[in-house]
Amino acid sequence: MELKELISQKLQANFPEAEFEFSEYRNEFNVKFNKKFVNPICKFLKEDSELEFLLCEDMTAVDWAKRKNRFTVVYHIFSIKHSFRLVLKADVDESDCTIDTVSSVWKTSNWQERECYDMYGIKFNNHPDLRRIYMPEEFEYHPLRKDFPLLGIPGSLPLPKK
Amino acid sequence: MGLEAKLNSDGFLVTQLDAVVAWARKNSVYPMPMGISCCAIEMMASADPKYDIARFGSEVMRFTPRQCDLMIVAGTVTYKMSHVVKKIYDQMPDPKWVIAMGACTSTGGMYRSYSVVQGIDQFLPVDVYVAGCPPRPDNLLNALIQIQNKIGRTRARDFQNLKLPELNVIQNN
Repeated sequence: MELKELISQKLQANFPEAEFEFSEYRNEFNVKFNKKFVNPICKFLKEDSELEFLLCEDMTAVDWAKRKNRFTVVYHIFSIKHSFRLVLKADVDESDCTIDTVSSVWKTSNWQERECYDMYGIKFNNHPDLRRIYMPEEFEYHPLRKDFPLLGIPGSLPLPKK
Repeated sequence: MGLEAKLNSDGFLVTQLDAVVAWARKNSVYPMPMGISCCAIEMMASADPKYDIARFGSEVMRFTPRQCDLMIVAGTVTYKMSHVVKKIYDQMPDPKWVIAMGACTSTGGMYRSYSVVQGIDQFLPVDVYVAGCPPRPDNLLNALIQIQNKIGRTRARDFQNLKLPELNVIQNN
């Protein structure tokens, strides 16, 4: 059986309520699901002996500005066993701008989620240390949001006195 | 040479102490290499045998600000880094001078962005700006020569009864 079919069958069998959407774009297999299931799905993909997605390559978010579900959180995970890359996506709305952490599954995502929180303001539930990673801690905004001006907000970042 | 001939015949020469101090000071400028990004590579190249900053008496790059009198700020200064740059500048003994090397340092350059300071003259008194992205080593040496000319013009009376911020104003004239 092809790996993509195996993944979709396994996921649907184990998480029947997760509202999966499977698609393919430029030879990358995309799996979209309800954000409530992000932690168990990632745990399953990592620990299943036939899949073994051991590596969380990257994790970020997309700001769609005016869409109903404003943000999409994207995970790029990689199975060394199959040399196969998988893209996981989950929508997050601005009114409830939270998603569960996967840092208990992949340790890498601890800092990736901190970056995502810093740049987009998405909060990760149960994250062990959710602080800003790039911007100063007293900074109030989230720079990669579409409504943040390119040149920043004057006076929001302090300069030393002349 | 003229100097040796004078000393050999008379055994002394008459000048102003001010002029001697300025002459000595301008030919022994110790740079503080504040290398933040890619301009620092060109700054290092200016110290190599091909360009040879030692010809101008400035080969002694000290990595402690307490032994320096010229800060070469080479690279993109972000808002987070600006406090570090200022802290190091404050640790340098007076009199001191600043070169803003490259487009990023002088104006923000191509980083027209929320995180980059659009010119370090917002928080430092800059004496010479160097154009280029990055500037070639000879361009940096030109800036050093301009600093030397400026130092050569300073006299003790410039520093009389002046507190530090006003001292900077005098230097910029």
